[in-house]
Amino acid sequence: MKYAISLNNVTAGYERNVVFRHLSLEISTGQFAGIVGPTGCGKTTLLKTILGTHPVFSGNVLLNGCSVDRVQPGTIGYVPQLGSVDWSFPVTVEEVIMMGLYTDKRIWPWAGRGERERIHALAHRLGIYDCLHHHIVHTSGGQRQRAFLARALINSPKLLILDEPTSGVDIKTQHEVLHLLGDISNEGITILLTTHDLNAVASHLPWVICFNNGLVAQGQPHDIFTNEILTRTYGGDIVIIKHDGHFLIANNTPLHLTRNYS
Amino acid sequence: MEFLLEPLGYEFFRHGLLAALMVGALCGLVGVYVILRGMSYVGHGLSHAAFGGAVVGFTLNFNFYAGAAAMGLLAALLINRITKNGKIKSDAAIGIVTTAMFALGVVIISQVRTFTQSFEAALFGNILGITSKDLLVIGLVTASTMIAMFFMYRPLLFSTFDNEAARVFGIRTGIVQLTFSLLLTLSIIASMNVVGVTMIAATLITPAVTARMMTDRFSRMLIYSFIIGAITGVAGMYLSYIFNAASGATIVLFGALLFCLTAAIKFIREKFMLRANLHRHGGLMHFHPHDEGHISRDHERESSSESGEVAQKAK
Repeated sequence: MKYAISLNNVTAGYERNVVFRHLSLEISTGQFAGIVGPTGCGKTTLLKTILGTHPVFSGNVLLNGCSVDRVQPGTIGYVPQLGSVDWSFPVTVEEVIMMGLYTDKRIWPWAGRGERERIHALAHRLGIYDCLHHHIVHTSGGQRQRAFLARALINSPKLLILDEPTSGVDIKTQHEVLHLLGDISNEGITILLTTHDLNAVASHLPWVICFNNGLVAQGQPHDIFTNEILTRTYGGDIVIIKHDGHFLIANNTPLHLTRNYS
Repeated sequence: MEFLLEPLGYEFFRHGLLAALMVGALCGLVGVYVILRGMSYVGHGLSHAAFGGAVVGFTLNFNFYAGAAAMGLLAALLINRITKNGKIKSDAAIGIVTTAMFALGVVIISQVRTFTQSFEAALFGNILGITSKDLLVIGLVTASTMIAMFFMYRPLLFSTFDNEAARVFGIRTGIVQLTFSLLLTLSIIASMNVVGVTMIAATLITPAVTARMMTDRFSRMLIYSFIIGAITGVAGMYLSYIFNAASGATIVLFGALLFCLTAAIKFIREKFMLRANLHRHGGLMHFHPHDEGHISRDHERESSSESGEVAQKAK
């Protein structure tokens, strides 16, 4: 079977701080998978390792069977955490999307007719055509997420990686973004994202990876969202309520036990 | 018109004017990336390192520019190397490396007092002492920087906005950063005799910050900053001639004045727009942060229907 992402015995981390050891993980082509885990468990380090922007101590990372440092430009789409974006930077939504095309051989600063048509078509599809000429700070959370998604999709990548696409947006926008990603996944693009929102993962993603400085478990949500696995992933006591085929996941530890009010 | 043409009769003024025009435009262009990449302090530091290099180069019988370029580049590489593992922040690295190189220059000058005078130009600028050779160097650096920035527009913009994503998308961000450091160092060296080491930072930053207040589009910011830099250089030169003041300092002061004017206009415009966008509905006052045509139309419709209802009730 061909894997879109394949980590073989990978150890990665920072100087004197190994984040995960001997990790082996495969994600099949066309999969729509989400990585969940507590804050500081190494989700972002794992994403950066897959993207090739974080060096590994040992092991290797293959994307579509090709070593990560030899991947053709434009075959990976990446949406960073919106919290890391400098919103005062003088760029419009159109300029942000156009950056995705900067890997092309074209050297002229301005967009060509073909490039403009691609940007407009994608903006139409993602529902951000009306705000193409707005400065990025003058857009809503959902429009921002879509603008960065458009930048990632403009090259028609085979693999799309998103770092916490559901953080900082309201529940309706979360739902819209995940639905949109579901549609994109149906076109055959492999999607891997990280998130803290277990309920959104449970209702939208077909594959879940529980991660805590190493792989805890992976599988379909109904197999993964068990008290035992989530407790191993997060620690503490997690309650899972199943209703009408849907999951509702909450922390069972009462607030007065988690905070010291004295 | 006479006051504009009269100084052009002097060769030293023509040289100075041309140098100020090119240096202003060059610094305006490079300055956009300097402020957006958060490198304002790097610009300031590199100018000091280049000064140290110029002194060392002169002492060792090298060319003034060659010594400055070598030390400037060495400083850029050292800062990059020291900050690589993240333990030492760039501002601290710049403080150590560039100030040490500047201090080296000062120590050499204090030991070999015979050439103290000629380095005052590099410290405080001596635009009226610009020679044809200086003009050639400034012209070459300006032209090559403009060409490089034109062809590197896309990778430079992407890596400035989002360095990590640019890397993922296949842009060689390390090479882009190195090339930009080289262009910045060359621009600083070319500007050193015009505005002086002590004032280069202002020449780099002020046009770009003024342009940033005028637009939200990157491409326009580049063009505006380039034009503002050139205007500042030319106007500063004329003002320094008229008021018989130091040229470098006058250029910097004129740039600061343009910045203040732009900030004042922006402030008044925002106040005016805030008032214009205030709406009252059913006794509730609210405001829209930016001009939205459809919102205005909706409000007009709502306001007219509200006034219609009031008229109906009055009847």
